[in-house]
Amino acid sequence: MASTEIARQAGEGARAVPLSGHVGFDSMPDQLVNKSVNHGFCFNILCVGETGLGKSTLMDTLFNTKFEGEPTQHNQPGVQLKSNTYELQESNVRLKLTVVNTVGFGDQINKEDSYKSIVEFIDAQFEAYLQEELKIKRTLHSYHDTRIHACLYFIAPTGHSLKSLDLVTMKKLDSKVNIIPIIAKSDAISKSELTKFKIKITSELVSNGVQIYQFPTDDETVAEINSTMNGHLPFAVVGSTEEVKIGNKMVKARQYPWGTVQVENENHCDFVKLREMLIRVNMEDLREQTHTRHYELYRRCKLEEMGFKDTDPDSKPFSLQETYEAKRNEFMSELQKKEEEMRQMFVQRVKEKEAELKEAEKELHEKFDRLKKLHQDEKKKLEDKKKALDDELNMFKQKKTAAELLQNQAQQAGGSTTLKRDKERKNLGFL
Amino acid sequence: APIPVTRVDETAVYQMEVIPSYSSSAMSEAVVPDAMMPPAAGSLYGEKAGGPVVDFSYVGIDAILEQMRRKAMKQGFELNIMVVGQSGLGKSTLMNTLFKSKVSRKSVLAAAQEKIPKTIEIKSISHDIEEKGVRMKLTVIDTPGFGDQINNENCWQPIMKFINDQYEAYLQEEININRKKRIPDSRVHCCIYFIPPTGHCLRPLDVEFMRRLSKVVNIVPVIAKADTLTLEERDFFKKKIREELRANGIDVYPQKEFDEDAEDRMINEKIREMIPFAVVGSDQEYQVNGRRLLGRKTKWGTIEVENIAHCEFAYLRDLLIRTHMQNIKDITSSIHYEMYRVRRLNENNTVVAHANGIPEHHLAAHEM
Repeated sequence: MASTEIARQAGEGARAVPLSGHVGFDSMPDQLVNKSVNHGFCFNILCVGETGLGKSTLMDTLFNTKFEGEPTQHNQPGVQLKSNTYELQESNVRLKLTVVNTVGFGDQINKEDSYKSIVEFIDAQFEAYLQEELKIKRTLHSYHDTRIHACLYFIAPTGHSLKSLDLVTMKKLDSKVNIIPIIAKSDAISKSELTKFKIKITSELVSNGVQIYQFPTDDETVAEINSTMNGHLPFAVVGSTEEVKIGNKMVKARQYPWGTVQVENENHCDFVKLREMLIRVNMEDLREQTHTRHYELYRRCKLEEMGFKDTDPDSKPFSLQETYEAKRNEFMSELQKKEEEMRQMFVQRVKEKEAELKEAEKELHEKFDRLKKLHQDEKKKLEDKKKALDDELNMFKQKKTAAELLQNQAQQAGGSTTLKRDKERKNLGFL
Repeated sequence: APIPVTRVDETAVYQMEVIPSYSSSAMSEAVVPDAMMPPAAGSLYGEKAGGPVVDFSYVGIDAILEQMRRKAMKQGFELNIMVVGQSGLGKSTLMNTLFKSKVSRKSVLAAAQEKIPKTIEIKSISHDIEEKGVRMKLTVIDTPGFGDQINNENCWQPIMKFINDQYEAYLQEEININRKKRIPDSRVHCCIYFIPPTGHCLRPLDVEFMRRLSKVVNIVPVIAKADTLTLEERDFFKKKIREELRANGIDVYPQKEFDEDAEDRMINEKIREMIPFAVVGSDQEYQVNGRRLLGRKTKWGTIEVENIAHCEFAYLRDLLIRTHMQNIKDITSSIHYEMYRVRRLNENNTVVAHANGIPEHHLAAHEM
């Protein structure tokens, strides 16, 4: 048998080698893109903002389609998240778009817990992905990714500053999701107020340490436009699905008596910038940041919470298996203990119930005996009474026959003794 | 300046390259919802000033393709190819021919050890190559000593161990709590198996090796030094090999069960009818008909490596590099690696299960 000796010699950190001809692997990006196109893409947007800030309208305007749903009421008891998934297609790209809306955000009197349901929702999506990743038999490549890639935070157009609810919510969300703050219904603010508003918002965010999403500037092709756009945050947007005729074209706009706000006019609002940044330039980066930063952070925290470690105090790497097994053993023994407990309890209960039933049975017997006795007593009494009555009857009969006898005798003795008869009759009356 | 090697394979027979060109105004016949119309040529970047009318119903979702491309170009690609075969079958030369540069171990390490090692060794060497802005880290894994001993029993073991070790390394990194953003991929994506050109049939060693390895890695069998076979001999040999592969249940790349859809199946069926490719390798150029071509010059003629009338090197190159590279990597990561992972994560469980007296089927139910 050939003895095997393996010598492994890793290439010393790969050296650059020039090619003397066309090999053809420059088609790799195309192959990769092809595969993704066949697979389809998914993108998940979370819209956080008070009711009535135009979240649904903005989504409709961004994706140029009417998503279903009616405007929500203002009397929700708590903040809920409603998510809807749509399949969009443009040329050969299929996109599975999920829009999650916060329903009832900012409507309660006590808003302390408003952010909680949002954080829970985001965590739940991470958890679902983590569960899939940890499965033994998993299908990651066909998994429908529901993790939130972008969070559009709608700021009310007060013109002054951020509300404390906004600051608190954004602070809780900034380590979990890419936040893009936008000023909603910005046609309510004049241009000069808008500039002041934006400055105030940005400074408040910075002073409170809120990390909003920065458009990436490391790739030269888009570095310039991204860094310019970074300076325009938060975007002041206006959404509209209605079309108005301007000149000889139909454009999306909102018509007022004093003028028309055109959605896609960059002088009127930043809608075009938002669409550019969110969809046309950085969609892939948003997805990547979600996966490599936010999800990894969640995963790390969750696994550490569950008790997994990478290295033990001696700096020897812990195998995840061993921890798995240890946990599994723990879990199994706990299960067994619980089972035992349950069984004991069950037996106990059965015993108790049995005792109870026996008691009841005994009582019933006693009752039965008592009743029987009662019945017998009654019966006896009745019989006695009957006997007494019978005796009376007999005596009466006797007396009757005696009286009749006497009567007959008297008749035989003649009718002289009417007096006697009267007397006897009288006597009879006494008897 | 590098000498361009022209492709002489634009014949009608050759239909494997199926990369459509993508531009943002490409229209497919797929169903498009009413609200979305195919984008007009206008885009906000270029044609604001007096260009064609911007189509307002264009959302720009398909720009994600461009974004992905940019990201891919920035990150670069990795490819790990293993070559297995007896010494003297032209493995190194073929690698050099495939990648048009001195990527094989022998070319890199001076004083090529001509002696055959006494045991099987696994040696890998990495290169950074770049073409038209696309960077690739290519790792060539050589297996000198394979099939060269007198007794070749279990000569596949070290190779299988190496492949599994790479899966293990990836798994370990993947289950780390603090793991790298991009897990370095050293998994063997493709194993090229060199069949000596006997012209008859597969040898027991070939069958054994391919049978075992096809379960853990993508195997691409090639007939080495095919210039020793005439076309008829070659066809006969190929048919025989295909029969034997089928008879032994050996699934080489592209595996039938991993065809995704009808289109895939069609393309892959064509390939399956052609494997194993009969290849000739060369890194020498010769003048043929006024052009400089890679070839082997002999007294009776010059064999042009990239001429499909002469040998099937071009098909192999196209399969491996130009059309199916991504697919090869995908199958490695989503099928072979996942199978390894399932096996690995289960083997500990069964040990624990038996210790706890829990029947195996109980566990399986949980895991699903």
